[in-house]
Amino acid sequence: MKLITAVVKPHRLDEIKEALQAFGVHGLTVTEASGYGRQRGHTEVYRGAEYTVDLVPKIRIEVLVEDDDAEQLIDVVVKAARTGKIGDGKVWSIPVDTAVRVRTGERGPDAL
Amino acid sequence: MAPAITLAAEAPKLSAANTGFMLICSALVMLMTPGLAFFYGGMVRVKSTLNMLMMSFISLGIVTILWVMFGFSMAFGTDSGSFIGWNSDWVGLTGVDKGELWGTYNIPLLAFMVFQLMFAIITPALISGALADRVKFSAWALFITLWATIVYFPVAHWVWGEGGWAFDLGVIDFAGGTAVHINAGAAALGVILVIGKRVGFKRDPMRPHSLPLVMLGAGLLWFGWFGFNAGSWLGNDDGVGTLMFVNTQVATAAAMLAWLAYEKIRHGAFTTLGAASGAVAGLVAITPAGGSVTPMGAIAVGAIAGVLCAMAVGLKYKFGYDDSLDVVGVHLVGGIAGSLLIGFFASGKGQSEATGVFYGNHSFDQLWKQLAGVGGVLAYSLIVSAILAFALDKTIGMRVPEDDEVAGIDQAEHAETAYDFSGAGGGAAKTAVTAPVAAVASKKVDA
Repeated sequence: MKLITAVVKPHRLDEIKEALQAFGVHGLTVTEASGYGRQRGHTEVYRGAEYTVDLVPKIRIEVLVEDDDAEQLIDVVVKAARTGKIGDGKVWSIPVDTAVRVRTGERGPDAL
Repeated sequence: MAPAITLAAEAPKLSAANTGFMLICSALVMLMTPGLAFFYGGMVRVKSTLNMLMMSFISLGIVTILWVMFGFSMAFGTDSGSFIGWNSDWVGLTGVDKGELWGTYNIPLLAFMVFQLMFAIITPALISGALADRVKFSAWALFITLWATIVYFPVAHWVWGEGGWAFDLGVIDFAGGTAVHINAGAAALGVILVIGKRVGFKRDPMRPHSLPLVMLGAGLLWFGWFGFNAGSWLGNDDGVGTLMFVNTQVATAAAMLAWLAYEKIRHGAFTTLGAASGAVAGLVAITPAGGSVTPMGAIAVGAIAGVLCAMAVGLKYKFGYDDSLDVVGVHLVGGIAGSLLIGFFASGKGQSEATGVFYGNHSFDQLWKQLAGVGGVLAYSLIVSAILAFALDKTIGMRVPEDDEVAGIDQAEHAETAYDFSGAGGGAAKTAVTAPVAAVASKKVDA
């Protein structure tokens, strides 16, 4: 199994969710995150005082998939997340030893 | 405050209309203090939101009691030495009859008393914005008790009390440009020069944590200010209060637009904080002036104040004093602008026949009177407030320990946090309803 993690722009969440559903993914985890890459931050002004805000709001999406689906699923996420502008985010995958469905105790790919 | 306008010897009879109007105005002014709490509360960082709200709310408690016990008597009682008033019948309101009228007006003394009470409440609350994040709550409570007694009650007497020196001199202050705003702004400056900066001032980002809260507060202030301003004529028999009402709206609109325009040119954006601040600057500036100027004059007063205050809020970074939420920049500067602009824009067709420089008065005499009022209140409030803060700092201590300030004054002083951001209950382990008080007080949550 693989764990696919995507840190992307918050407003792309709906597109990514729909694309993943269409692909046949049954579950995912979403967390609000903040960070920066090449995009860095932006400047805000409060009563004339300028603040550089370098942590930008992002969404972190995590999906567990079978090894064979991983590459294709990464492409699906990347396509749905892309706006072509700086700050679109990153997607990566890492191997996962095992997974357990808590309710039934099923293990491995059966737990997905 | 309005001079006596009753004709001849005919004794005034209670006017139900004016009395109703004054009670509604009193309620409107009361709402300004919670409005101010939100205006300030949204501007601080998350960790000191509750403390900021409480600094205003506590004034509703403390000053109400002081006012009833002796404050009203000190401000509006029989003058002694042009400095302070006293009337022993009014101590605790024990000798006041419910139907007794206020002086030569057709409203009850009690209506006037409660209306003026709301002014006494909001004035110390205004100071709190400069002291954000760092003042011990007990020290603040004691400070406003002493400040109201030694500064506000006398100054209100000078400006509005019969026999007060500014009142006798002919200083025009319709609703509190000097007594409320210059007074509070100068006090704020005096206190922060003594207690010093927040930890991390100019180094750490100190962004407002909730601009919607700031806008809500500004909206409540704007709404309540109609009572504050129009009500200050103590009735509506001659249209002056209505002129004031109109000018309040007009000047505030102009000031908001002026601040936004300045900001767009200077910093490239129309900010919500700028809109809220501009509106408040306009409200402050028209407060002394609204009974004297025409609506066109009100546009000028508002626009000038909007730009001046927008420029003034940057000064704290240049001079290094931590006027945290710009009480000096908005209330002191706006109050001075409004008070002095009367000397230029007074039309002679409003509350009195006094005219300003732009309306054919080439002697500048009203301007000099205004300067005397501004200077007297500013100097007294600044000096006495600084001495008060110094004395409290040397005895009980004005500031919370640095650790508490960094971790958040809400937890340290109030044992609460403003928001629970976590679906899992913010890490609160257990509901201990019967926890002993001592344990609660000493509990420190690590941030």
